[in-house]
Amino acid sequence: MEDAPSIEGNPEGPTAPQMGGGALGDRVYRWVTTLCALLVPALLIYIGITVFVAGWPAFQKAGTSFFTSSRWDPVNGIFGAAPAIYGTLVSSAIALVIATPLAVGAAVFLAELAPRWLRQPVSFLIDLLAAIPSVVYGLWGIFVLAPLMRSMVAPFLKHTLHLGDLPFFSGPVYGPGMLTAGVILAIMILPYISAVTREVLMAVPRSQREAALALGATRWEMIRDAVIPGARSGIVGGIVLGLGRALGETMAVTMVIGNTPKISASLFSTGYTMASIIANEFNEAVSADHQAALMAVGASLLVIALIVNVIARWLVARVGASAS
Amino acid sequence: MANVVLSATGLNAYFGAVHAVRDASIEFREREVTAIIGPSGCGKSTLLRCLNRMHETVPGGRVTGRVEFHGQDLYGPDVNPIEVRRHIGMVFQRPTPFPTLSIRDNVAAGLRAMRRADRPPRADVDRIVERSLQDAALWDEVKDRLRTGAIGLSGGQQQRLCIARALATSPSVLLLDEPTASLDPISTQKVEELVYDLRQHFTVVIVTHNMQQAARVSDRTAFMLNGELVEVAPTNKLFTTPSDPRTEAYVTGRFG
Repeated sequence: MEDAPSIEGNPEGPTAPQMGGGALGDRVYRWVTTLCALLVPALLIYIGITVFVAGWPAFQKAGTSFFTSSRWDPVNGIFGAAPAIYGTLVSSAIALVIATPLAVGAAVFLAELAPRWLRQPVSFLIDLLAAIPSVVYGLWGIFVLAPLMRSMVAPFLKHTLHLGDLPFFSGPVYGPGMLTAGVILAIMILPYISAVTREVLMAVPRSQREAALALGATRWEMIRDAVIPGARSGIVGGIVLGLGRALGETMAVTMVIGNTPKISASLFSTGYTMASIIANEFNEAVSADHQAALMAVGASLLVIALIVNVIARWLVARVGASAS
Repeated sequence: MANVVLSATGLNAYFGAVHAVRDASIEFREREVTAIIGPSGCGKSTLLRCLNRMHETVPGGRVTGRVEFHGQDLYGPDVNPIEVRRHIGMVFQRPTPFPTLSIRDNVAAGLRAMRRADRPPRADVDRIVERSLQDAALWDEVKDRLRTGAIGLSGGQQQRLCIARALATSPSVLLLDEPTASLDPISTQKVEELVYDLRQHFTVVIVTHNMQQAARVSDRTAFMLNGELVEVAPTNKLFTTPSDPRTEAYVTGRFG
């Protein structure tokens, strides 16, 4: 380094700080972190590409029928993934329909209405739902929930509510099936939606609440007009986070959905999901065709998951932009 | 002499164990601006928040004593605090527009919270929004963008929007809690001019830490110190010939 410029009035001048070593450290630090930051997205791209490439022969062989055909027949080398895609989307949709009102309702109660002594323990218990291993959910689902579906829920829907004539609730009830999987998924994603919603509700500033109260709002009107709109983007984010988990959930769903590759309007009928078809068959996929077909299912699941996430982020960003 | 619209008698307010307002008694007269001044933490905002039953919404907030509004005790057993706040509007220190709502919907927000029977017909809402924005001296600045988000307004405009929002439900009393504390000088001047004009239709109570502001906008001024209401007098008298030595010390700048 050149001489440091001396400060006037001080004949000695301050010694120049040692910049060289620091600058090298800065450069190393910069390169290491840059590498880390690039490695992670590279991993995503690498995984995506390899899965896609491995599945490509199946896409090529089956063409669009891979997505439209309902015939999944590994023995004869015919692979139509429509039932699995349908099963993934429908079971996740059921999960959202059940979990969203429950989770948001619980979050509103805990964040806004619950007395303080109740808030902590109940929040903790809800969060604990996320700690249950999914195989335990599956076990409970198949031995407790599935018989319950057959003996209580189905008769209630069919005979008490007289919904048996609707295509969704028609046909025989085995126990395992689409609705059972949806209910299990709902329980599994509930803590995620609820935790995010609770956080964002509590993050709405007190000034917003007071503004509503000062206008003569009741507590309920305050929540409706000031708290929920302010938290809306985060609530949407929580719901989509739940959807993302539901789409990819494998173990519990595989245990309760029945694993039959068919599309049926009835939610009581058994089905398949993309995740469970992979989990069930990877072990016995000895032919190259079969392996490629599973990889293709995996690639499709990956694409669906990415699309859901992109839509979610776009939604949250859009709502968030109007909020700030 | 003007009618007394609102009055407090023997009012005490607490935050948990903290005694924030001590035995305060004060009258607010119809179509006058009353300023409450005093050093930070003297309880002036708390006193204000007792007048529309906002104080009790804070955890640990508690009030004893009487507040009479047109002769009715607001802390009486049959009084619904929600109704109180519909008749006694309030504007806060920081502008609090609802960020997801448009300018128009912000002004109409209080109407939406009204009881169905009191709520104006849908067709009247735009007229009420216009009148309120005009009363808040904001109409000309926003009339071409009523449907855009309130968050795009400047801080001063947001504060006048909040005043318009408070006026929309036709309260008879307006409580302003340091309404210019977070505003720049030009916005402050606009809000002060607005407060001065509001007395034609409304009874106004304004809390301020700014003595010049109190002198400029108010008809009467109250001085608070350590939770105690020291003196209430016509603004001119309180600033020139206060009767309490503590008031004199404060207005002449010897402390606070």
